[in-house]
Amino acid sequence: MTRNDPSARALRISDMPRDRGGPAQPMLILKDYKKHFPIRKGVLNRTVGHVQAVDGVSLTVMKGEILGVVGESGCGKSTLSRLIMHLIEPDSGEMIFDGDPLSEHTGLTVQALRRNMQMVFQDSFSSLNPRMTIEDAIAFAPMMNGVGRDEALARSRGLLDQVGLAAAMFARRYPHELSGGQRQRVNIARALAVEPRMVILDEAVSALDKSVEAQVLQLLIELQERFDLTYIFVSHDLNVVRYISDRIAVMYLGRVVETGSVDQIWDNARHPYTQALLASIPSLDPDRRTTAAPISGDPPNPIDPPSGCRFRTRCPFAETLCATTAPEVQPVQDGAGHTVACHMENPASGHSRAGTGARLKEIAQ
Amino acid sequence: MNRSVKDTASEFPAVAGRLNAVPSQSPGYWTLVRKRLMRDPVTLIAAAVLVLIVLSAIFAPLLAPYDPFMGKITQRMKPVGFAGHLLGTDETGRDMLSRLLYGGRLSLTSGIVPVAIALAVGGFLGISAGFFGGPVNSVIMRVTDIFYAFPSILLAIAICGMLGTGLFNTLVSLTLVFIPPIIRISESVTTQVRSLDFVEAARASGARPFALMRYQVLPNVLAPILVYATSLVSLAIILAAGLSFLGLGVSAPAAEWGLMLNSLRQMIYIDPLLAALPGVLIFLTSMCFNLISDGLRSAMDVRLKL
Repeated sequence: MTRNDPSARALRISDMPRDRGGPAQPMLILKDYKKHFPIRKGVLNRTVGHVQAVDGVSLTVMKGEILGVVGESGCGKSTLSRLIMHLIEPDSGEMIFDGDPLSEHTGLTVQALRRNMQMVFQDSFSSLNPRMTIEDAIAFAPMMNGVGRDEALARSRGLLDQVGLAAAMFARRYPHELSGGQRQRVNIARALAVEPRMVILDEAVSALDKSVEAQVLQLLIELQERFDLTYIFVSHDLNVVRYISDRIAVMYLGRVVETGSVDQIWDNARHPYTQALLASIPSLDPDRRTTAAPISGDPPNPIDPPSGCRFRTRCPFAETLCATTAPEVQPVQDGAGHTVACHMENPASGHSRAGTGARLKEIAQ
Repeated sequence: MNRSVKDTASEFPAVAGRLNAVPSQSPGYWTLVRKRLMRDPVTLIAAAVLVLIVLSAIFAPLLAPYDPFMGKITQRMKPVGFAGHLLGTDETGRDMLSRLLYGGRLSLTSGIVPVAIALAVGGFLGISAGFFGGPVNSVIMRVTDIFYAFPSILLAIAICGMLGTGLFNTLVSLTLVFIPPIIRISESVTTQVRSLDFVEAARASGARPFALMRYQVLPNVLAPILVYATSLVSLAIILAAGLSFLGLGVSAPAAEWGLMLNSLRQMIYIDPLLAALPGVLIFLTSMCFNLISDGLRSAMDVRLKL
């Protein structure tokens, strides 16, 4: 069964034309998404502060693209995934999905968005209902969208085969009878069951052991090509992100600090944080051991983040300017689509290294 | 790095090929629970004794050798084993065996009915509170807390005293007493399940709140709530007996174990064995429910790994 097959088309939940905006229209545009979680204390439930989990994230994901989102633990990657799925309501921000603005009254509803966008979670076990057989778990979503039970089960079994699990053998099993890799395949099938156009993979392979991880990554690439999908691939594993992604967005403390193609990020990282992240990847060459920590310290508390540039407390190039003014996201001279939020990239910013784009490597030597 | 697509047919292609012909059907959850119960002799014996008690109560009119309400004044206080009266007679000369058989009907009713109703009402309220959280949770749980401020026996006495005596009022008061603890258990297990990823995933697939509760949450919280409710049945029997003992439940000449215990208490110095008989049955029945509840608890704990 492929997407172009007429029988597959008959199974389709929505009669809406799939590609509404045309190939040049980005699949997803996020503008200034924000989520601050209130911290409540005491008997009166007074709000004493906010965790600024996601603070003004803007992203563009092109059709058929795999966008990798990387960053340390606690930088807001997972919150961002849930915000995009609207499992958590954002405080502010705009979303445009394939040309349609998300809006309950005039545009695309959350319900309609969820038919076009699905998510795979990190924990393969807790994301499957322990009381449901896996074919029922996969058939649940289509059934909730008005597909009949028999048809949904048929689709479920078809998808099991698609993700490399023989339906005859696995369909009637329960999640605890499957291995981690098999369960994650079920979760992928479950996400594909409503025939989404976009899938958010929130650390989807991070909990698997390396050999299984490689198999599941291959499967994801295969499915992306077969079903013409767009992925947002959230991970802390830089090598995996490099392997699977077309473009990468680097997050630090609730903000995107740099975006660019894989090559732009890998060969010409402009933001000191991105450079430090890349330098932290252990080398396989024993002659090139990492001897000095690329950056020191922990990320600052997101309840009370640093003023100005959020990375300044750990940045070797920080100056007074960095504490007073937050750097704007701006395009990098060298390449299309490469953007960075750093004063050093802006010749007019007043930073002493402005325009030179100093490198972390230089001071390490 | 090569992006060519490798064969990802299965993690174990050889095994998959061999077993493909035979559709694999895993036993369902309840089949597993039943299998485990079958291997638990204590629970099986308790269940057998309970079935015996229930059957003897249902078929009391067929089994009872005498009318439970008619006594012979000449045959008062005959001891256990007296010819013609297997378990002796009470203070007005009524046959004890017949009265105990009939008494089971009222006692079991007042044990099971209030718990069953409280399970439905309290389970619904508790699961709703846990699932929706926020203000819904606050309202339901704070009202529950008010009921919790009173010890259960005092609450039952207060409600029963207010409504008056009789079987129906006993059932109402016991139901009200058992709703708060069931709400609390349901709320706490639901809160744990609600935040798990599979509920989030189902929500992301477009399921409405009611469907989420019905298909995703309920099957995962039912077992602990059911186990707890089973353990309440024995408490209900004891409370009902207590209410009758205090004169608030069913009234004489009805045959009910608690009431019989009450009316025979003056005879405890004359024939302690006879006076203890209704108590023995109360003990036995509640013991059975407790053992079954324990057995269910371990049998239902089948690889949940929540």
